[in-house]
Amino acid sequence: MVNYIWVGMTIIGLVFAAVNGTMEAVNEAIFKGAQEAVTLCIGLISILVFWLGIMRIAEVAGLLEKLSNLFRPLIAKLFPEVPSGHPAMGYILSNMMANLFGLGNAATPLGIKAMEELRKINGGKDTASRSMITFLAINTSSITLIPTTVIAIRITYDSAAPTEIVGPTLIATIISAIAAILIDRYFYYRRSRKG
Amino acid sequence: MQMISVISLWFIPVLIGFILLYGTMKKVPTYETFVEGGKEGIKMAVSIIPFLVGMMVAISIFRASGALDYMVDLIRPGLEKVGIPADIIPLAIIRPISGNAALGMTSDLIATHGPDSFIGRLASTLQGSTDTTFYVLTVYFGAVGIKKMGDALKVGLLADLAGFIAAIVVVTLMFGM
Repeated sequence: MVNYIWVGMTIIGLVFAAVNGTMEAVNEAIFKGAQEAVTLCIGLISILVFWLGIMRIAEVAGLLEKLSNLFRPLIAKLFPEVPSGHPAMGYILSNMMANLFGLGNAATPLGIKAMEELRKINGGKDTASRSMITFLAINTSSITLIPTTVIAIRITYDSAAPTEIVGPTLIATIISAIAAILIDRYFYYRRSRKG
Repeated sequence: MQMISVISLWFIPVLIGFILLYGTMKKVPTYETFVEGGKEGIKMAVSIIPFLVGMMVAISIFRASGALDYMVDLIRPGLEKVGIPADIIPLAIIRPISGNAALGMTSDLIATHGPDSFIGRLASTLQGSTDTTFYVLTVYFGAVGIKKMGDALKVGLLADLAGFIAAIVVVTLMFGM
C-alpha cells in the first residue's frame, strides 16, 4: 500500500507540475527534499544515542522487569485466555515495557515471541485468537512515555519548547489505548454473541 | 493544563536522574552500559535515512508542484467546520501504513509550519501517540503464520482513529488553535 501512495504522490506531483508550470520548483524540491532528509537523520543521531544509552542502563538494572511485574495483574485481566505463569504473559509484558520506553527495535522480537506463544495456546491454528487481537490492538496504540524521535525533530527545527508535546502525547496515547481495549472488547462480544 | 506543562518539562530530567541512580544502586557499570546502548542509536538513525529520503522527496515534489495545496484546499471547508486542520489529513492517512513514511511527513509539516505552530504540535503529538497498525499486523502475524486475521485490522484502524481524534482534542485544549 505504501508503494502506491509513494508512487502516486510523485507521479501526481509531476503531472501537476507539467500542467501548472511549476517544473522549476519541482526540480529544486527533489534535491532539497533529499538533502533535508539526510540532515534530519544526522540530527536524530544525538538524541537516539543518548536515549537508547540511558534505556540500556534501565534494562540492565532490571527496571523494565520490575515495571512489568507491577503491571502484571492489570494486564493479566486483559488476557483471560492466557494461563497465569505462562511464558506468553512474560513476552507480552516485556513487549509493552519496551514500547513504553520507545525501544521499538527491542519491542518487535518480543512481540513476535508473544504471538508465537499465543498461537500455541490457541492450538497452533492459523486464525487470530481473541488474545492475539487484544495484543495487537494495544500494540498499535502503544503507550509511549517519551516520543524521542519527535522531540529530536522539534529540536532540529528550533522549537522554543521541544518537550512541550510530552504531556499531550502521553494523554492522547492513553486515550487511544483505552479506546483500543474498548473497541476490542466490543468486537469480541459481538463475535461471541453471533457464534 | 498548567500541570501538564510542568510534567512535560520535568518528566525527562527526572526519569534520567532516576535511571542513573537506580543503575548505580544495582551496581550496573553505568557508563559502559550507556555506550553499548548508544551504539544502537547510531545504527537506528542511519537505517532510517533511505526511508526519509524516499518519502521526503516524494512529499517535496507533491508540495512544490502545487498538488498538495490543491488537495488540501479541496477538503478544507468541510473539515474546518469540525475543527480539524486539513493539512494534517495526509499524515493521518499514512500514519497507520508506514511509520517511517509518517516520520517524513511529520518532519515536513514541522519544517513548513514551524514546530511551535498548531499544526507542528499536532503533527508531533500524532506521530508520537499512535503506532503503525499495518506494520505491527504484517510483522507479528506474518512471523508466526497467522492467515485469518479476524477483526484485528478493523480494531487496529478504529483505535488509530480514536488516537487521531484524541490528539486533536488534547492539542486544541492545551495550546488553542
